[in-house]
Amino acid sequence: MPSVSREDVRRIARLARIRVGDAEADALARELGAMLGYVELLDSLDTSGVEPTATVIPLATPLRADEPSEPLAADVAVMNAPAAEGSAFAVPRVLGGEAEG
Amino acid sequence: MSARTEPLGTLSELRAALDAGAVTSVQLAERALARGAELDARFRALLFPRRERALEEAAAADVRRARGEARSVLDGVPLAIKDCIVQAGEPATAASRILSGYVSPFDASAVARLRAAGAVIVARTNMDEFAMGSSTAHSCYGPARNPWDPERSPGGSSGGSAAAVAAGIVPLALGSDTGGSVRQPAALCGITGMKPTYGRVSRYGLIAFASSLEGIGTFGRSAADCAALLDAIAGHDPADSTSLPEPPPRASASLTGDVSGLRIGIPRDVLALPGASPAVVERVLAAADVLARAGAKLVDVELPHMRYGIAAYYLIATAEASSNLARFDGVRYGLRAHAPGGVTEMIEATRSEGFGAEVKRRVLLGTYVLSAGYYDAYYRKAQRVRTLLRRDFERAFAACELIAMPTSPEVAFRFDAKADALSEYLADVFTVPANLAGVPAISLPCGVARPEGGGSELPVGLQLLGRPLEDAAVLRAADAFQRLTEHHLRRPAP
Repeated sequence: MPSVSREDVRRIARLARIRVGDAEADALARELGAMLGYVELLDSLDTSGVEPTATVIPLATPLRADEPSEPLAADVAVMNAPAAEGSAFAVPRVLGGEAEG
Repeated sequence: MSARTEPLGTLSELRAALDAGAVTSVQLAERALARGAELDARFRALLFPRRERALEEAAAADVRRARGEARSVLDGVPLAIKDCIVQAGEPATAASRILSGYVSPFDASAVARLRAAGAVIVARTNMDEFAMGSSTAHSCYGPARNPWDPERSPGGSSGGSAAAVAAGIVPLALGSDTGGSVRQPAALCGITGMKPTYGRVSRYGLIAFASSLEGIGTFGRSAADCAALLDAIAGHDPADSTSLPEPPPRASASLTGDVSGLRIGIPRDVLALPGASPAVVERVLAAADVLARAGAKLVDVELPHMRYGIAAYYLIATAEASSNLARFDGVRYGLRAHAPGGVTEMIEATRSEGFGAEVKRRVLLGTYVLSAGYYDAYYRKAQRVRTLLRRDFERAFAACELIAMPTSPEVAFRFDAKADALSEYLADVFTVPANLAGVPAISLPCGVARPEGGGSELPVGLQLLGRPLEDAAVLRAADAFQRLTEHHLRRPAP
């Protein structure tokens, strides 16, 4: 069974922007290890030369006529925002490391 | 402990009562909402009842009907939609804390079509958070429960929709099916549930979990009711680039009851997979014999890669989920948690507080299998196995029009029976292949069986899978079976 360490979980969690505590990381390491152990079943299949399936429908991009249509109004677009200023989404500082105002 | 309000009948019964003037749409909506409220503590099937607006819409339907201007068979009929399908002006949370407070500014295309048909949406339904689960235990509102036995799961992830229909709260409901989330709860609750061909129903306004696998599906007390609901929502939608351009099936018109000459494949290798309850397999084979006596031919087929389905599915679905759920960042909608630092800290705090344990597990697994160094070994490998499974179906469907197998390997399970994540995943063994291959499939009641370990009899689901685009053929065979049998008429105690 592939072993997943607490550090592996922390690395993945950073990529996924999810915080995990030590106890949680240990539990997740066990659970992800069990799942990755189960999917080793696939290694018994020879898939060389088999095309991967990304979608069951033909991948051609459908095109529509280049006609403008009514977009979501700006005030409606921000109505669910946890913080908005006028018609803009408000977020904590991205550069400079200052705390959220 | 029974509810004071009588259960609602099937769509055809309600339609006849409306058209005969024996009942009004307002009365039906009142009854659905009353029964839903009376059973809420027992089954937790409904979320966000929309009493005032539903009654207004029902009153408008009553006026239309009096003028002879009813828009469709669904006009004035109450129904419920899963909490991951958005409706303008209503909450939509996918049973997740991270979407608490969200109110949709737009209708999902399927909802817009239902409203245009005159249907009255009375409530949303409980579900596993972001449709990730097979039990409806993973809901931020607490689990939905099975109307046949509240100690047991209604299945999932659309467990609230299935429980609401099985308990006679509404005659019809919408769900979504990514790996069996319509068919498995339909089986466990003793009703009929259909997953159409991939792309048949627009996904616009369906909160995304695994885009290449999922679609909106229908619940009803019969195949005929599912057909009527599918006819209302199917069809091309320019807002969904994966929506099929082919004209929709008009399934209701094809329910002839005729199965003569129909070839039904029986995959013996699949029925022998470990975990399938012998009683369930026996009911399914007995159901196939009913169709054979009515003129269908049973043929042996093989689906040798089905045993790899769960492994391929959980790699692909979690990979897609980790990408789709990246949008929940505390910026544009839903929860924002406050944390010292900058925007990254805010996003981490929001996702850590907002997602439940099962969603975190899947997002992390999906992130892992897509991460540098693992992409080919896991994700690409799973996509190649998906191709092998599709070829299995192509070969099998060269020899038959439909394939029969169980929907769920067992009857409804107790909530404590699926202690670890993997054991819950394995319950999807018979349902994920239809999603990997994109083919239509239905679950319908075919009898009852006692659970392993004892207890009273619980519903067993027969699954019929069809060729791509042949949604009508699947519904026709299911309807023919229901004309010959009475399993779908059995109901839990009121």
